[in-house]
Amino acid sequence: MSYVKTVRTRDLPPPPTESGLIGWLRHNLFSSWLNTSMTFVGLAVLLWTLPPFLGWALFKANWLGDSQNACVQPMGNPDGACWVFIKVRFGMLMYGFYPEVDRWRIDYAFLLLAASAGPLLMAGLLSPKHRDERILMVVPSLAVPVILALHGAGPASLALAYLAAPTLLSRLGTRTGKLPPSTGFFGRASAIVAASILAYWAGVLAAQTLQTGLEGVIGLVAGFLVFLLPTLRRSSSAMWRLALLLTVYPCIAYAFFIGGGFGLRYVETDLWGGMFLTLVLAGVGITASFPIGVLLALGRRSNMPVIRALCIGFIELIRGVPLISVLFMVSVMLPLTLPEGTHINKLLRALVGVSLFYAAYMAEVVRGGLQAIPRGQYEAAEALGFRYWKSLRLVILPQALRLVIPGITNTVLGLAKDTTLVAVINLMDLLGILKSALADSNWLGFTKEAYVFAGLAFWVICFGISRTSMRLEKRLRYGNR
Amino acid sequence: MSKRFPNPRLGPADEPRPSLPVRAVNNPRVRAVCIQVAVFAVLVFALAAAVFNTAHNLRKAGIASGFEFLGHVSGFDIGQSLIEYSRSSTYARVFVVGLLNTLLVSTVSIFFSTLIGFFLGILRLSPNWLLNRMALVYVEVVRNVPLLLQVFFWYIAILSPLPGPRQAIDFFGAVFLCNRGLIIPRPVLDEGSRWVILAVVVAVVGVVGLKIWGDRRQRLTGRRAPVLLLSLLLVAGLPMIAMVATGYPVRWELPNLKGFNFLGGITLQPEFTALVLALTLYTAGFIAENVRAGIQAVPTGQIEAARSLGFRPGKILRLVVIPQAMRVIIPPLTSQHLTLVKNSSLAVVIGYPDLMAVFAGTALNQTGQAVEIIAITMLVYLVISLVISAVMNVYDRKMAIRER
Repeated sequence: MSYVKTVRTRDLPPPPTESGLIGWLRHNLFSSWLNTSMTFVGLAVLLWTLPPFLGWALFKANWLGDSQNACVQPMGNPDGACWVFIKVRFGMLMYGFYPEVDRWRIDYAFLLLAASAGPLLMAGLLSPKHRDERILMVVPSLAVPVILALHGAGPASLALAYLAAPTLLSRLGTRTGKLPPSTGFFGRASAIVAASILAYWAGVLAAQTLQTGLEGVIGLVAGFLVFLLPTLRRSSSAMWRLALLLTVYPCIAYAFFIGGGFGLRYVETDLWGGMFLTLVLAGVGITASFPIGVLLALGRRSNMPVIRALCIGFIELIRGVPLISVLFMVSVMLPLTLPEGTHINKLLRALVGVSLFYAAYMAEVVRGGLQAIPRGQYEAAEALGFRYWKSLRLVILPQALRLVIPGITNTVLGLAKDTTLVAVINLMDLLGILKSALADSNWLGFTKEAYVFAGLAFWVICFGISRTSMRLEKRLRYGNR
Repeated sequence: MSKRFPNPRLGPADEPRPSLPVRAVNNPRVRAVCIQVAVFAVLVFALAAAVFNTAHNLRKAGIASGFEFLGHVSGFDIGQSLIEYSRSSTYARVFVVGLLNTLLVSTVSIFFSTLIGFFLGILRLSPNWLLNRMALVYVEVVRNVPLLLQVFFWYIAILSPLPGPRQAIDFFGAVFLCNRGLIIPRPVLDEGSRWVILAVVVAVVGVVGLKIWGDRRQRLTGRRAPVLLLSLLLVAGLPMIAMVATGYPVRWELPNLKGFNFLGGITLQPEFTALVLALTLYTAGFIAENVRAGIQAVPTGQIEAARSLGFRPGKILRLVVIPQAMRVIIPPLTSQHLTLVKNSSLAVVIGYPDLMAVFAGTALNQTGQAVEIIAITMLVYLVISLVISAVMNVYDRKMAIRER
């Protein structure tokens, strides 16, 4: 048997036409006559569109300078994009007419948001060893002494209070806020609500006596805290962070944006604009429309005929009409329906319109999730003696919402894009400000640059949202992998 | 309430059991009634307050409520109208003009976006890496940029800076693009053209009849009739014969430059062109994804089964993949069409005279009849939505799986 090899010979490599670059090309671009010809058509289209666009946007573009002269003959290249225009107007596009010296307030509020929302969205990004999500809080914390030095104690204390809150409260929450067990659900709930309302008024009074301004904000923060302490008593610090993000953060951010207390100058909402306003609209719209949408979805599946009919009517009416008509309605009709002399802020009207409109879409998405939960889950929760809200909170909603993350993302994306429509009711969001920047007689004719830039900005935001949601979806897919 | 209620949570009992004492506040039925009454009362109160305030505010502003204003003379011009309209027409006519313009722009955009959307959706599934990546880039770009921005882009950045008619961009001498809009050839129907139209109708009816007859014959005898060939012959041949017989009555009138403007042809205004472009390209991106998802939803086993039965690729696509994919595609496609109709209201930002712009915009500003006009406008969009979804539901039901 000496002719039998005892050592296995090495495998031959696959032929060069099947592997590597050539193999890939053969398989993906030139696998058949049809495929080859389509490749050439595609290449032709690319050659026809891409070089002129890249030449305009990059190679021939004008980047340097600070006036229109930099982009026209003899100094600049008129065939290229004039990014100087965007550069000069950048502050306006980002902040609208917000006073320049106060723009740091917006930056800082968004920094706080990024630091507190980041870990919740991207947990798992940091390696499991260094899972301490508080690490992101370092940057806004380091900024506090700077604020203290530059802008005084008022804003610094606002920032510090929010930064320190989650750790302090989750410690405090484990010890306090216990009510006697015999009070029952209703007793407990009414005690908590009453205490929070009391806290609200106490906060308002305290703010008035100290003359800090921003009474409403302080009252709300106090009320929320008193509400959250017993409610979230034994929750994890992540839960605390989420709850604070949804309740206290908006108050703090609003305080920073509007000012009028804590050593911050008052900036009325008519001056808000640009990307900042777009983000405010999108943020408030998303956070408001989601809970309203969940409630509407529950109402639509409720056993109570009156509630069900109202919810169906609202959802179908809103989904049947365009957003512009709803915005027209809140801007023209809403003031009519209020008592004489009541004035609602234009921004608030837009927020109400956008939130209610998207709540109807959110409701349909959530309903899809609720219907996908097997009946057995509802029955099991009932068999365990869970009440309606408890079974929803612990059994139904966690499963239902996880199922419809893609749908929620789509709605959120739609909302983010549709915030641009507020330009119709004369709010200065990114597109509104762009239009007024284009009307400047020193900078005529740079419309392409303006819209390409705005398009890029929206693209980054929307693409970011959709990728984040994919990550979230993957992370939350526990059982049904 | 001290009355005791039986506990319904215990469920139906086979034998009467002693009902446990339950406090009224814990009885679901009592609670349901209370909650509903409370919600209803709050709602009625809010509505009454709103109506009262509105009436009061309107009276103070000196605006008479009611629909009489529809008969008043509008006194403003409208850039584009499918029916006769002048500034001495009534508001009712303004409404009709706006509605027709909305329908026109929606119909054209729905047609083209569906066409392009299907094309792109199929490209997304192409084995050709280059094409499928190009389609992906298109879809991701178009879907992630607000429609309003795209409308502005086409209108303000692309169409407005175009040269005047004398330097118009020329497409094969038939279609011209300039700052006056897009100028396309116009079909002219001379004497005798009704015979040609009749021939087209006959041909279409004939094709449908042929298809039915062919299917039945195949079911009964198992032999296929050459339906496709005959249909092509019928559609191409019959109108051709009619044309020759009546002496070519249908012709195209090409636009041509006379002085500073174009004569002949149809001028599509820049507002209309920009809106159609933006709506079409935006919606096509969404439809492409629906189509891709629909085709991917057909189980691979179906295609493999068809292949093992000896079907050729074209037939697999036509007889196995498409009918099953359509079932998945239709519902989201409908909602895309509905969204498109609603999105056509963006016309208001570039001044295309659709319903929202001329009726809920100009007419509302002139008359101040906010309640009536907003109500009418919303109702119209609601009705359009309901009609489209009803039509699509009928089709959907036809396509649904027929199970035994």
